[in-house]
Amino acid sequence: MSVRSRIFSAMQQIAEEQKVTLPPLRDDLPLPDTGFDSLAFAILVARLEDDLGIDPFTVAEQAPFPSTVGEFVRAYENVPA
Amino acid sequence: MSPPEMPALREYLGPELKGRTISDACHDVSLTDILRSSCLIGRCRELSGRSVLIATSGQLLSALAMIELDGIARRMLLCPPDLDPDRIPALLADAAIDAIVTDRPLHRCDAAAHLIIGAGLPEQAAVGWKTERATEWLMLTSGTSGLPKIVGHTLEGLAGAIIAEGPARHPNATWATFYDIRRYGGLQIFLRAVIGGGSMVLSEPGETIADHVARLRAGRVTHISGTPSHWRKLLMSGAAANFSPRYVRLSGEIADQAVLDGLARVFPDASIGHAYASTEAGVGFTVDDGLEGFPADLIGRNRDGVEMKVLDGSLRIRSRRTAHAYIGAEAPPLVDAEGFVDTGDMVELRGERYHFVGRRGGIINIGGLKVHPEEVEAVINRHACVRMSRARSRRSPITGAVVVADVVLADCPDPGRREAIRMEILGRCKDSLAPYKVPAVIRFVERLDVTAAGKLARADA
Repeated sequence: MSVRSRIFSAMQQIAEEQKVTLPPLRDDLPLPDTGFDSLAFAILVARLEDDLGIDPFTVAEQAPFPSTVGEFVRAYENVPA
Repeated sequence: MSPPEMPALREYLGPELKGRTISDACHDVSLTDILRSSCLIGRCRELSGRSVLIATSGQLLSALAMIELDGIARRMLLCPPDLDPDRIPALLADAAIDAIVTDRPLHRCDAAAHLIIGAGLPEQAAVGWKTERATEWLMLTSGTSGLPKIVGHTLEGLAGAIIAEGPARHPNATWATFYDIRRYGGLQIFLRAVIGGGSMVLSEPGETIADHVARLRAGRVTHISGTPSHWRKLLMSGAAANFSPRYVRLSGEIADQAVLDGLARVFPDASIGHAYASTEAGVGFTVDDGLEGFPADLIGRNRDGVEMKVLDGSLRIRSRRTAHAYIGAEAPPLVDAEGFVDTGDMVELRGERYHFVGRRGGIINIGGLKVHPEEVEAVINRHACVRMSRARSRRSPITGAVVVADVVLADCPDPGRREAIRMEILGRCKDSLAPYKVPAVIRFVERLDVTAAGKLARADA
């Protein structure tokens, strides 16, 4: 499974748990429009760290947090796992 | 020199009660005959009035030394087995120790500055001690938050709960504990055995649970105490099947409903009680109704000399069973201006009962919202497939921290069920906890470590 599909799968799982209706996931979808609050993103980042072995936002402390789904996915794709 | 306000330990021992013993995995010593011999080797008469470190390798020799030296030494500092040897010089100075009772070579103290007395099985001629004074009992805190501190007790304070219950409460008991008796929880059980006219089977470091239980059965143990973590390990081992104590006691950690119910199922004929005690605050109370938490009416009135109040969410205790001071040059005060000990144990009133929610120092901060790991564990532990769990903090770039949980499953179900169990646990957490308290990640682990003091190891706490 690609990094992208693992991220989307984790997002769908969390959306289900948090009773959030996830809109269709596209690269230009702004993160706030996913319906995820900061807690849901914190859960997502924690689970992806277990699944993919990386947390790109803690590794690069200066990096701004992404603002779209595409930027979020690229943050994971650009870190060597 | 203060006159003793209660008899010294040796005065509870004598030839009248036959068949009393104290044993470990290797030796069985008669308590009935204990006054006819001495465990001390060398110039032991010089221990009178001294400040003595009891630093034996095992619990049995410490027990014998305590019996001999209570009422003789000015003070006794009990040295727990897991003490960092590098800490010993500072402890010797803080407690003004001038004599050491030991059965092993000592590398980190100056032999010239201390009277060194050997300890062994009671094979020396009796010294014929006569009680001279009320010995001060010094113990170390478990040091879960920072370095261990020395606290000072008297035998009267240590035995306060035992004397209040009266000797008839547990007649003909053979006591055991998973604790080491050189820590507060274990010492309580040792004192119950000696003062209550009973016998005792000591724990042995490194012994398997199955071997330990075999010794408990062979020693006909009737009364036994441990932390909830100790008990969860026993329940997990399956070794409890042929063991049937009359009295099962929990203390030292929060006794949640899951462990109380688990013990009631495995020991249907036992009376099960959970006690609240700490090295500093002494024994606060015991709850015998099988429910977690404690009745709210224990707060605010004086019961058997114990007064409790809740201030800023934490339990405060004032009684003659509390330690009288931290010992040492820069020791902080132990009680507040009104004489209350702040236990640091946070409680919450739910209906007619107070529930323990965690330690003040163990709080996880999720974006400014506070979570006690213990309240999360209590929910997880209620799942029938869970044996024990640990909630902890993991740093998060978004909320500062998130809660993650490590879970040990009981009798590992088939791996295909694991995802379903994970979802069930998450569902229960969602039903009973605020969203930020629900673990972001649940990991299944083979085991969780328990500290030498019998408490769940919380590396990040």
